[in-house]
This record gives sequence, structure tokens and C-alpha cells, in this order.
Amino acid sequence: MFEQSTLAELARIVGTANLLTSQEDLACYGFDATPRLGHWPDAVAKPGSTDEISQILQLANRAGFKVVPRGAGTNLSGGSVPIQGGLVVQMNRLNRILEIDTENLTALVEPGVVTSDLHSAVESIGLFYPPDPGSMTVSTMGGNVAENAGGLRGLKYGVTRDYVMGLEVVLPTGEVINTGGKTVKNVTGYDLTRLMVGSEGTLGIITKILARLIPKPEAKKTMLVYYRSLNDAAETVSSIIAHRIIPPTLEFLDNVTVRCVEQYIHAGLPLEMEAILLIEMDGPASVVEEDGDRVVQVCRQHNAAEIQVSKSAEDSLRLAAGRRAALPALARIKPTMVLEDATVPRSQVAAMVRRVQRIAETHDLLIGTFGHAGDGNLHPTIVCDERDHDEMARVEKAVDEIFRAALELGGTLSGEHGIGLSKAPFMTMELKDSGMKATLAIKRALDPNNVLNPGKMYIDDYAAGRKATKDVLSPVS
Amino acid sequence: MADSNGQKGFAPKRVPSYDELLNCIRCGLCLSVCPTYRQAGTETNSPRGRVALIRAAAEGKLELSPNFVDHMYRCLNCMACAAVCPSGVEAHEIIVDARIEIDNKLPQPAIKNWIFEGLVPSPGRMEAAVWPLRLYQRSGLRWLAEHTGVLNLLPYNLGKTAQMPPTLPMSPLRQRLPEVTPARGERRYRVGFFLGCAQSLLFAESSAATVRVLSRNGAEVVTPKGAVCCGMPAMAYGDLDSALRLARQNIDLFERTGVDAIVTDCATCGESGKHYREWLKHDPAYAEKAETYSSRFRDISEFLTEIPLDDRLGEVKAKVTYHDPCHLVRGQGVSAQPRQLLQGIPGVELVEMKEADWCCGGAGTYAMTHYEMSMGILDRKMENAAATGAEVIASGCPVCQMQLAYGVKRAGLPAQVTHPIALLDKAYENRDR
Amino acid sequence: MKTEIVERLRRIVGEEWVLTTPEDLVCYGYDASYLQDRPWVVVLPSSAQEISEILKLANQEQLPIVARGTGTGMSGGSIPDQASIVLSVTRMSRIEEIDLVNLVAVVEPGVITADLQAEVEELGLFYPPDPASLKQSTLGGNVAEGAGGPRCLKYGTTKDYVLGLEVVLPTGEVIRTGGKLMKDVTGYNLTQLFVGSEGTLGVITEIILRLIPKPETKRTAMAIFPRLEDATQTVTNLLGAGILPSTIEIMDTTTIRVVEEYLKMGLPVEAGAILIVEVDGREEAILPEIEQVGRVCENSGASEVKVATTAEGCEALWKARRAVSPALGRLAPAKQGEDIAVPRSAIPEMVRRIGEISKKYDLVIPVFGHAGDGNLHPNLLFDTRDHEMMERVHQAASEIFGAAIELGGTLSGEHGIGLVKQPYIARRLSPPVLELMQRIKATFDPNGILNPGKMIYPEQS
Repeated sequence: MFEQSTLAELARIVGTANLLTSQEDLACYGFDATPRLGHWPDAVAKPGSTDEISQILQLANRAGFKVVPRGAGTNLSGGSVPIQGGLVVQMNRLNRILEIDTENLTALVEPGVVTSDLHSAVESIGLFYPPDPGSMTVSTMGGNVAENAGGLRGLKYGVTRDYVMGLEVVLPTGEVINTGGKTVKNVTGYDLTRLMVGSEGTLGIITKILARLIPKPEAKKTMLVYYRSLNDAAETVSSIIAHRIIPPTLEFLDNVTVRCVEQYIHAGLPLEMEAILLIEMDGPASVVEEDGDRVVQVCRQHNAAEIQVSKSAEDSLRLAAGRRAALPALARIKPTMVLEDATVPRSQVAAMVRRVQRIAETHDLLIGTFGHAGDGNLHPTIVCDERDHDEMARVEKAVDEIFRAALELGGTLSGEHGIGLSKAPFMTMELKDSGMKATLAIKRALDPNNVLNPGKMYIDDYAAGRKATKDVLSPVS
Repeated sequence: MADSNGQKGFAPKRVPSYDELLNCIRCGLCLSVCPTYRQAGTETNSPRGRVALIRAAAEGKLELSPNFVDHMYRCLNCMACAAVCPSGVEAHEIIVDARIEIDNKLPQPAIKNWIFEGLVPSPGRMEAAVWPLRLYQRSGLRWLAEHTGVLNLLPYNLGKTAQMPPTLPMSPLRQRLPEVTPARGERRYRVGFFLGCAQSLLFAESSAATVRVLSRNGAEVVTPKGAVCCGMPAMAYGDLDSALRLARQNIDLFERTGVDAIVTDCATCGESGKHYREWLKHDPAYAEKAETYSSRFRDISEFLTEIPLDDRLGEVKAKVTYHDPCHLVRGQGVSAQPRQLLQGIPGVELVEMKEADWCCGGAGTYAMTHYEMSMGILDRKMENAAATGAEVIASGCPVCQMQLAYGVKRAGLPAQVTHPIALLDKAYENRDR
Repeated sequence: MKTEIVERLRRIVGEEWVLTTPEDLVCYGYDASYLQDRPWVVVLPSSAQEISEILKLANQEQLPIVARGTGTGMSGGSIPDQASIVLSVTRMSRIEEIDLVNLVAVVEPGVITADLQAEVEELGLFYPPDPASLKQSTLGGNVAEGAGGPRCLKYGTTKDYVLGLEVVLPTGEVIRTGGKLMKDVTGYNLTQLFVGSEGTLGVITEIILRLIPKPETKRTAMAIFPRLEDATQTVTNLLGAGILPSTIEIMDTTTIRVVEEYLKMGLPVEAGAILIVEVDGREEAILPEIEQVGRVCENSGASEVKVATTAEGCEALWKARRAVSPALGRLAPAKQGEDIAVPRSAIPEMVRRIGEISKKYDLVIPVFGHAGDGNLHPNLLFDTRDHEMMERVHQAASEIFGAAIELGGTLSGEHGIGLVKQPYIARRLSPPVLELMQRIKATFDPNGILNPGKMIYPEQS
């Protein structure tokens, strides 16, 4: 809880209208898109400038309160849940696209800009910002950078990290720093830019982002390919890459997901199929045409049951609709959805899907697996009911086994959603003691008073020699 | 060292110039092609390292210690570094300069003087000196030695390297070859043949083939009996005086023969012959003569590709790979010509080996003085040669041939080592049959 | 005490791999900058385990350690002082794995960049970073410096290809970061923190690199521009036309003159700039594309455009650019190739300012570099023996850095800060940024044993 004087000070910094303290407001800023995870903040501030944020953090260090930055709250790992209360700093007032520099191919944006708004702004002038997380119509650039968001086009174009050239960041102690710049190359000092990207709001609050843009690809082609055998689908993925073709998108849906999607959008998807691949290619028209033909051949060689190829832009959208509907479709089956993000090397995709299927059988759960087969980033999604305690206990076990499987196969806990709270218990499994030590050391170097987004990424628990909070799946409030 | 005025050899150029040392920008590109660096893996065994050592010595920061001297002699002088240097630094020259400086400044072992001042200047004495080796090879001692390990008792690496020379001819070619070999058919050229010591002593048959090929192509071949060592060994050991003395002797000798061109089938003799002009450019009495001499000098493969070649060749069925001797490819810029000749032989399938122009580790007496390093470099060469599946490894340098033959033996390869011209000679012979 | 430490080092790496003779020490005291010194001792370990033991020993005894690849750095990053142990990783030169399904290579730090490239290209794959030193530099060094190269406009720098690392921390602990994964957001991005940290945070002992399919073919165009401004505007126009060349190299008037004097190949010495543009990709796409490049150049004010449609033709067009280094090498006994990077749009202004600086200090300063990514290499030519000249050189360098920063650029695009640019780093990085970097350094290296005092400590220079 805040001292009155602290609240007054905060109100002075951001203006009374931008300091929220009512119960109703606090209830709305205590969660994100992570299931069953919530904790009310003690207050919410909506700063309008870098300077205000700097003042807030200086005050936090003096007065000893916690600060949790928040974009659109679409996070899937609990990264923006104020687990220890304190002040949520809501960034959406800082939502201007400050500059699109067509000479240097950069965009300077504030953190509250919605990702797809930037997409439209740059595409209208023939440019392209590739990262496209599933939440792009809602999520903010600041959140994308903080979580190093991925998306469907990651295979060819990489992730958010690859498009951040520079940042303005307010450090936990209140200093404002600028990193990087409009130069494509920059090796002056440590790469603080990339340290900040993906740091989940624990190392600083991002106040400006200099994004890299590229020319928009000339043409695009979409394909939907059906398989009776999961292995055939997985082999197709490896084989396409082995043919030295890197499509921007190589998405996978398993049978459970297909069934759920069909129930939801009635697109006439064949329910008997074990797997569907959504393949998208872009680039110069001639290359897209030729690669398209080669990909069709590869799919045939690997026993594709049916191949649908887009003939127009609308066609493309229609074919991709099934994949975009996967999440909402699964979400409708049961009230609760535990969406995982385990990522494995591409060669292990089939093995991973099989492991997940076995885990589902063992624990009698419905798990739909879909995701980015091209870059090994899968989303095993457990649909369940949080009121069913027995089921939730099984879910917990299944999640644990999924992470173990991913790590055993040379993978990682999270490809694009982040660690936050929901994966914190598994951090040492991957980072080992030495990795955690380094993580903690960096956190302490930047945030000596631990004011910024505390309790996340297993850092505090590790420092205290505790096991990570294991009750991430039980309601907190 | 830079300010040295040691004028034992009078060419002032032969003192490492400080400016040249500074020209090394230490980019390290030479590391990528230096066989000793790739083998040893330490900077001290690299061209850049050696230049740095010489610079440190020049600045008075290093003494000419035995260790320093050793490093100067670890260089193969293969010139690979100079060929890639973006600043045009000729590290191999700088290193020879350093060796000359060492020769001037430090007392040299008695044996060195005996070799370069007593043995080398006299073909007769050299021929006599190899008699024990011939005896060893022909008497069954060789078999005994190789099968009993008695050689390991010999000092240094002589034990191992005694196995290296090929079986010697019964007599050196110099003693058998007439002063003038007439042209077969119409005489179109009169060429001097510079018969190298190693060719004469070790590869007599191969040089006999060279003379036959020249003669067949209309050349009257003049082989002066009084020709002496080309001087390269002395130069490489820093004995500038001896090297220049030999050069002057050869120049005088060939001047009297009145030939159109001087041809050699030894890469090293060719390299030095063509560089007498630089060696002697500060000698007023010889500068001009040396210029004429060098301008007439040709490697046999150059000469044969410059004239209309008798193309009545028989078939030699063989898969052949070609190894570039350093003294040809970089010393003289000759690499296409021998390949062209080989490809012209019906039945020859020429396959390129990887790193064909890398030194084989032979480098004069290097295999004897630095056995381990030399063998490491040779092993790399053999790996590349083996990968081609060639039955014949051709190379126009006696030292390379000796080294490669030893390598073939070590690696147990089913391949034969020969001079490219010997193959050409065989093709003519097959036609005549 | 000292001999005891040498003994312990010998026990760790083996007798043969601890070098102490003055000759060996001289050879491990330089890199490709103009600086040199002589270390106390040189060790050449063969494994992460050995490196860990060396670092533990050094940490315990507070001995400075300078990690070194093949010593081709341009900024003095691997220059030791006389108290230092040089730790050379050149013996660790195995390509451990090339994974064709996941498109990654796992290598030891001593692998030569070109060797990896040759190996993967035989398999139809491609490792794009191509620093000029690629034939002799090590991947460990490339990663430590965040090396770039001409192809970065399209393909990015070394940073963009490092997926994971094994690193020995200054305290001797061995950590692994990242993996064979294209996406990985577990924990902080330690991988990229080590990339470009110039050997100050840890010794890299294994690298997982991303590979991509090898572009089928490439084509080159060369364009001569009477006016420099038109040349740089062309870069923008090319990108605006939707063309993303793999390389756009620029040579200014001074460079053209220097190359022409060296090669005598008939370059127009009056021209304001020459651009060399290379596009790569699939044959059917790039043939029309290189024609389009030619048209864009013509429409942007080029007085002459040559488009090569064969591989040999491409090589011929590159000849002038490749001759720049040798030509400069022969012009003066020493040079410092600077490495500023500015936003693309600021290139003309930057080149103009360098021209002024060149006049002011009476120095010849050719400018060439990677126009596509704004990374320019103004080369200061000098003779270290001429003290008066060295004074002018230092002042000119300082003003060049000042200009780059004013134009929104940075001190180093790809060579690193090391010792050479250390005096200027505070002009680019603000006090809180520097202080933050120093805190990170202190966190990893509490006793300050790894490459101490370099890069982020302007006060020590």
C-alpha cells in the first residue's frame, strides 16, 4: 500500500487524471492473458513522457515501492502481473509513431503503438516490419520488445530482436539511456539494446523504439497442405528447408487443433487428417512462383493428401484463416486454456508432437498442438477447467512433462512468450545454476533495489534460495 | 640490425630495411597461407611473427639469440605470404636478409663454411660426396637399415632423412651428358641447359629426358660442364658471398656459349637464375651481364609452351595431379605452363589437388633440419594428393619430388612421383615405338 | 611466485603450450592496429575446461588475461600489457557439427571464418558475415568483436548469426547460452551480451551459428557518379525501388585516385564516387534485378554504369574495390582504418566533413566502405616516427569521430573500441550508459582480470 504522500507525489508527476486508485481500476490492471493469474496493484499510473517515467522510478527507489510496466496486457506468461502489488505503469498514452525514415528505413515509435498499426503505416509506403505475434492487433510495440515477440513469419524474417536498432530506456534507478542508433552496424560498447529486448520489464522501461524496416516483398503465395501422417508433415518441413527454401511461414496444426478449428469456423477442414501445414512464401513474383511449384512437389513426395494453393490475396487470407483461428477455437472448448510455448530444434518437431500426444494420453487431457513448425516453436495448448481441481493437478504434471521433453530434445522453455511467472519454476532446468547466477548478477547490476517487475523470471526466488512459486496455476488475488 | 653496416656482402639492399618492416600492417592475411603457421599453430611460426621479430631486433629490443636464429630458419621460404600480402611486404626476402645479417654478425658452424665454400662450388667434390649414399642404397645396407631401425641411432634427423633421396643413378648426369646435344632434325634453336646439382646427382634420368625433349623439338642443347651450383642454397643459409660468387661464375660461363636461351628443369635453379639480376644489381661489373643472363632464363615448361611443340605424342594413360613447386609458382609465376603440357599428352587425365600451390615441406634441406614440421606439412600435402586418386604426382622440382616420393611412401599411397617433362618424354617414346 | 604460476599454467595446458621466450612474447603482443606491447606469458589451451582452470587461477592471483584469436583486430582489443597472460584460442579450431536440418553450425572459437564458409558452402549453405579479414580471422574473434563486412546490408552482422555460446566467465564458471533455436526468450539475452563484448566479459569456447541457404548466384554493377551526393542518393533510391542488394560499396574521389595510381586501370579520377552494387539470390530474380539496379543508377545521376552478367565480369568490376587496401598499404608505412558508421542518409555530409578535416590537417584521407549500411572507413595514413604528423593524425581522428556522432552515428561499426577508440567512447556513450556497462563488467568480472581497462574505461586511456 502506498503512503498518501507517495500517492500525492505520483499524482504530481503524471497528473491526477492519470493516476488510478479505485478498486475497479485496480481490478482491471491485475491480470494479463495468462490463465488464472492475477494480483491487484496498489495504483496505476499513466505517464505521458519519458521524464515522468524517470521521476516515477526515482521515487520508487526512494520510497521503496515496486513498479510493473504494462502495455496492452496480452502477455502469455504473467510478465505484466503485479505479483507483489505496487504501481503498474501503463504505457498506452505513449502511442505515437514519431518518424518513418524512408531513407534509412527505420521507424521511431513510442512503446504504446499497437503492432499492427505500425504494420499498416509502413506497408502503405511499400515498407515492411516483419514481426507478427498472434496478438498483433492488440499488443504494443513496447510489450513486443520487452518480450521479444515472435510470430508466424519468424522462420524467414526472425523475431522482434532482429528489428530493434535502438532504444530509449529508463533504467530502474531512473536514469534515461539511449542505446543503438540509426546505423545498421554498431559495436560501440556492450549490446545493451539486445540485452533490453526480451528482458520482460525487469531491467528498464522502454520509452522509445527505433525499429528496422525492410522493403515489402513483391508477391506472396499461401498453401494449405493436409497429411494423414504426422511424420509426413514433419518430414515435409525438413525437406523444404533441405531444398534450401526458407518460407516466411511454415505453420503446423495437429488433429486436435484441426477439429476444434472446424467446429469453430466450419471451413470444411477434413477431420481425419493427422496434421495440416500452412505454408506461405514471399519475395519476387518469379521466385515465389517457382518455389511454390517446388514446395508442392516436396509435399507430394511426402504423401500430402491434399494441397490447396492460393490464387489471389483473398485466397491467401482464407487459407490462413484456419491457423489464425486456432487459439480462439481451442479457447471455446473449455473455460481454461494453458498455452505453452516450448521450442525445439526444427529436426525434433515430430518427436515433440508425439511426446505431447503421449503426455495428453497419460494424463487424460485434451491438448491441441499447433505452431511454427519451421522454427520449432510449438504451442501445445491444454484446454481445461480451472474449477476442476483434479484436472488442474493433471495439467500441472503435464506442463512439467512438456517442458522436460522440450529440454531433453535440445529445446527451450519459451520461444516467444517469455518466462514471466508461469515458467519461472522451470528456469533452473534450462539455465542451470551458472546461468541463473549470471541472470541475477545482471539484474542486480541494473536494479540494485529490485524495484522493477519483481518476482519474475525466478530471479528473486533464486536469490533467496527458494523454489519458484509453484502455485502459478492457482488463482491469486 | 637496420642500421647495420656489415658490408661483408656488398649489396646494401641485403640489410633488412626498417621501412619495409614498417610496411607490415599486421593484418595477418599471411597466416592463412603460411604452412609453418598452419602446422605449428603459434604466431611465432608465422610470417607476421617473423617480421615482428626482425623488427624488434632492428629496434634493439631482441638479441640475435640462438632462439631468434632458430626462428629465422623455420621459414620454408615458400613465398606464399608475399603472394597474398596486401602491403606488398616480401617476408621471405626480409627473412633471408636476416639470415645474411646473422651470417655476418655471428660465428657460423664450421660445417657450413665447408659446405658452401668447399663442397658446393665444385661439382666434382659434390659428386664424390654422395658416393657413400649410393653405396648405402645399392649394397643392401638400405634394406637392412630400413628394416632394423639402425638409422635411429644416427644423430639429428639424418637417420630418418637418409631414407628420403631416391635411388641414385649409377653416375651423375653431368658426367654422361655431352657438352653439345644436337637437335633432332632441323636445328631451330640453340639453348643452354642449366643442369642443376640435384637433378644431375639425384634425377639424372629425368634431366636426360629434358634434353631429349628439347632436342626433339629442334633445340641444339649446350650443357657446359663447368656450371656450378645456382647459389640458392648458400643464399638461403645467409651466405651471400658464396651465393654471389657462384652466380658470377655461371654468368661468365654461359656468356661464352652464345645461346638464345638458358633452360632449366629445376624450379630452384630457375628461380635463382632469373633473380641474378636482383642479386647483382649493385655490382657494377656484373649488373648488366646479370640482367642479360636473367632475361634469357626459362623454366623448361615455359620454353616448351613458347615454341610450336611437336605434337606427335603417343598415349600415356594416367591420372595425374600436379604439385606447384614454390620456386616455380611464386618464384617465377609459372603454373599454367606445366599443366598445359600435361594436358596435351593423350591419355593423361589431369586432376587438380586442393592447395596444389602449397609448399610440400621439402624446401631445400628443411626436411633434414626441421623434420617434424616438414613431415606435418608433407602429411597435409599427401592428404590433398590422395583425395584426387591420382596415380602420378608431377612436379618440376627435385626437392619437391624427393619430398613427395617420401610422402607417398610414408602414406602408403599407390602413386608415382615424376617430373612433368619425363611424362612428355614418355609420350614421345610411346609414339616412336 | 611468478615461476610458480608458470608452472601451474604448464600443468593445465601442457609444457609445450606455455610460451615464455622473448621471441614468442613479441609475436603475441600485436594485432592489426598500430599498437604493440609484450605480454608476460602466452598460453594456448585446448578446451573450455583448461580455460576455466586458467581463469580460476588468474582470478585467484589477480592476473590480467587477454584472450586472442589470430590477432587481426583493428582496435587493439587483444593488445596485452607486460603483466598480462595472453590466452590464445587458436588451438581450438574444430568445426564440431554442421546440422543440415536445423541449419546451424557448432564450432570452436579458433575456426577460421573462411574455413567455415568453405565447408558450409560445399553443402549448399551460407554463413554471411564477411569481415575483410575472413581468411585469417577466427570466429571467436568475430563474435567477440561483433564483426561485420560488406554483405551486412542484406544479411546483418555476426550478431545476427550467433544462436548460442559456451562461455567461460572470468571467475572460471562455464555457462551455456541459447541453443540450436531460432526462437528463444528464456531469460536474459546473454548470448548477444557476449557478442561484441571484446573479450571483457568472458572467453568464448563454443559457438552455435545460424546458417542460411546459399544464394544461387550473384551479379554486380558498377556506377560512376560525378557527384558524391548522387551516389548516396542512389542507395536510397535502390532500396526505395524494393531492391535489397547484398552489398553496396562506395569509394570516394581520393580512394579512386589512390587506386588508379596503383592499378592504372583507367578509373575516372575526376569522379565524385564509384558505387559497386551486388545483388544475390535466384537467377531468374536477379537478372532482371541487376538490370534494374543499372537503370536506377542511371536515373540517379550516374555518368557511366557497367552491369556484369557473368561471374568473370563481376570479378572484374570488383577489381578496383579489392585493390583499395593494397593501394593504401603502399602509400604510407602505417595506417589506421577508421570504422565510423552513420545513418545512410548522412553519408554525403560525413564524406564532405572528412574532406574538410583532411584539408585542415594536411592529411590524405581516402574514404571507402559499405554505403548500404553507412559504415565508412576513412583511412588515416601516417608514419609513426613522425611525431608532428601523429599529432595531426590524432586530432583528425578525433574530429572525424565528433562529426560521426553529430550526424547520429557511432565510433565503430564493426572493428570495436578496444584501446584505439577508447579515448573517444565517452563522446558516444552518455555517463549513465558507460556507468551501466561498467557495472555489468564488474558484475561478471569482480576482480577485473579479463582484458582489464579496455573499451568502456575512457579514463584509463
